[in-house]
Amino acid sequence: MHIAGQKSSLSWAVHISVLALVALWLFPTVGLLVSSFRTSDQIATSGWWKAMFPSQQNLTLRSDAPELQVQEGDVFVIEGMLFAEGKNAEISVWGVSSRAIDSFVAGDSAPLKKGGTVTVQANGQYRMENTEPFSGTRGTRIFVTATTPPEFTLRNYQNVLFDPENAEGMAKAFINTLTVTIPATIIPIVIAAFAAYALAWMEFPGRALLIAVIVGLLVVPLQLALIPLLKLHNEVGIGKGYLGAWLAHTGFGLPLAIYLLRNYMVGLPRDIIENARVDGATEFQIFIKIILPLSFPALASFAIFQFLWTWNDLLVALVFLIDSTGDTTVMTKQIVELLGTRGGNWEILATSAFVSIAVPLMVFFAMQKYLVRGLLAGSVK
Amino acid sequence: MADLKMTGIAKSYGDVNVLKDINLDIKTGELIVFVGPSGCGKSTLLRMVAGLESITGGELKIDSTVVNDIPPAERGIAMVFQSYALYPHMTVRDNMSFALKLAKKSKEEIDASVSKAAKILQLEDYLDRLPKALSGGQRQRVAIGRSIVRDPKVYLFDEPLSNLDAALRVATRIEIAQLKESMPESTMIYVTHDQVEAMTLATRIVVLANKGIAQVGTPLDLYERPENEFVARFIGSPAMNLWPGKVVATGAQTKVQLADGCEAISDVPTTEADMGLKVNVGVRPEDLRATEATPAYTGKVDFTELLGEVTQIYFDAPAGEHIIAKLPGIVHGLRGKTIRLTAAADKVHLFADGRSLLYR
Repeated sequence: MHIAGQKSSLSWAVHISVLALVALWLFPTVGLLVSSFRTSDQIATSGWWKAMFPSQQNLTLRSDAPELQVQEGDVFVIEGMLFAEGKNAEISVWGVSSRAIDSFVAGDSAPLKKGGTVTVQANGQYRMENTEPFSGTRGTRIFVTATTPPEFTLRNYQNVLFDPENAEGMAKAFINTLTVTIPATIIPIVIAAFAAYALAWMEFPGRALLIAVIVGLLVVPLQLALIPLLKLHNEVGIGKGYLGAWLAHTGFGLPLAIYLLRNYMVGLPRDIIENARVDGATEFQIFIKIILPLSFPALASFAIFQFLWTWNDLLVALVFLIDSTGDTTVMTKQIVELLGTRGGNWEILATSAFVSIAVPLMVFFAMQKYLVRGLLAGSVK
Repeated sequence: MADLKMTGIAKSYGDVNVLKDINLDIKTGELIVFVGPSGCGKSTLLRMVAGLESITGGELKIDSTVVNDIPPAERGIAMVFQSYALYPHMTVRDNMSFALKLAKKSKEEIDASVSKAAKILQLEDYLDRLPKALSGGQRQRVAIGRSIVRDPKVYLFDEPLSNLDAALRVATRIEIAQLKESMPESTMIYVTHDQVEAMTLATRIVVLANKGIAQVGTPLDLYERPENEFVARFIGSPAMNLWPGKVVATGAQTKVQLADGCEAISDVPTTEADMGLKVNVGVRPEDLRATEATPAYTGKVDFTELLGEVTQIYFDAPAGEHIIAKLPGIVHGLRGKTIRLTAAADKVHLFADGRSLLYR
């Protein structure tokens, strides 16, 4: 028996489920976020959960080119830093051959294949000495095992979003997705609000039948309509553009939109609407001045739904937004393509994926109040 | 500021008749109260006047204009709903000026009307609040204010006090009575199921029952001279007692023989022709008093209720409802005793076939 004020005996189960759900949602998201700020080397050697700690990496570095050698007495010397400036890595072991990368400890001297020796210090400083001049055009490869401090970089984002040279970048796709999503959210809401008011508050023959049809349409899978609808679009001539995609999203979103809004509006107090009628408001004025403001929670909650699933949509975009030029590629499609062409570049994939979920995340956090309120619509006075 | 005339008004939903043949004249300045049991159609009748329900028969005139098919806004009425029906997303000021804005009144005119109504209803400090920040009584006053600003021909109130708690209900009832006094020219129709509201507020009460009007009259008319058994029992609390009997003497006063050797004398006049007529004798609980002479009723006290100002006595009733008597003050130790009761001749009502003999 449940007594008000007392904790239900099942509350621990609820708490554990909530915790599990939060973890389930949070781990991949945070992982993606953290990964998107790491270099490909870091991603390759350690998991994102180690990003905050120093990591041990096997690096392949190169000394300066022979043309920078200087003559000191009768020895030729190349001196310098293996690491870029400002990087506080510490070398433990190193080698000069890819087959034996841990032959020497920091501070040792090693003989070079072409003659001469090289000495590498723990901080990355090296000194190559030879009695003959160094030849060749490139520096010598030095393999080090170094412990590097945690490091985060914005280069991935620069690369993915702001590099105009990058044909696989997300900037254009981001704009394209917005171009699809915003009208595909607004158009069905406007249509559905009018329809829902009529179905909730205006008497006309066939109203009940119409509501039944809409409920029926809720369960029709959209795959059924893909081919006929595309054919129709092609015949009308809107098969390859944004307009086709907007209309397709509108059509697929309308049944749920009308159903949700109608159910919300029908729960508004009849007295208020009748009072407006006595006050002299026309149906249109009642709709605009009374119904719409009072239905805001329901409108907002549907807007969030529609926005999220048009944002994440791939199927409708693939079918109705055919582009051979690549000018209208949306983010979901872009990521699919990246998986093919850049499957190994996790830093690019993670960054692109995070760019595509950033907006839904913001929308969700900014509007979650309405989402909850809209879902509970009518249950609280 | 308007007369209202109903001629043969009827309402049916498909084959179901809800109201039929309602004839009623309401004059300027009257406050008419519709009362009746639940489902008698009193709210429906009010909503037909408002124009929110269609009129399926008869004719409704406001100021000699037939308004059957005129939309609510053009009838010159204003309605106060039981649930207040305030617009929750508008401030008190916007709520009150909504109708005027729709009517495209000038801003000065709207401001003047709103501040006048707010002053009458003491809402001046709340004009910029939302309804949810108001108490029940204040919301009710806003609803009333919203109708005042429109300066309608007829005010309609649909059970305006039933959502208020008991103390607030009394206070608001008095406010409505004072409001009516301050606007003697305005015509009001008020629907309630609360007898006290009906008795205190009404110029005339319309009792609705069985799809029609049972009686129209001033509150005291209905109390003192009910036309039929329904009104007799509906008005007054507890309800009037009724006993079956037979007329045994006629004239300016009538003598009725009752069961168990009891008899009652009534001031209701009868003629020779009424000798032997089967009648129901009706006496209100508050009119019964103890007697040593021939009683109108003898019974054993089943139980008593001590209310302080009166003591209500419930008698054994072998069949049907308890007979109830109200004695002034606190009377102890009556339980189980047999009491003889009678009533003054002018307080004894006679009904034949449900109709009062007064109205033959």
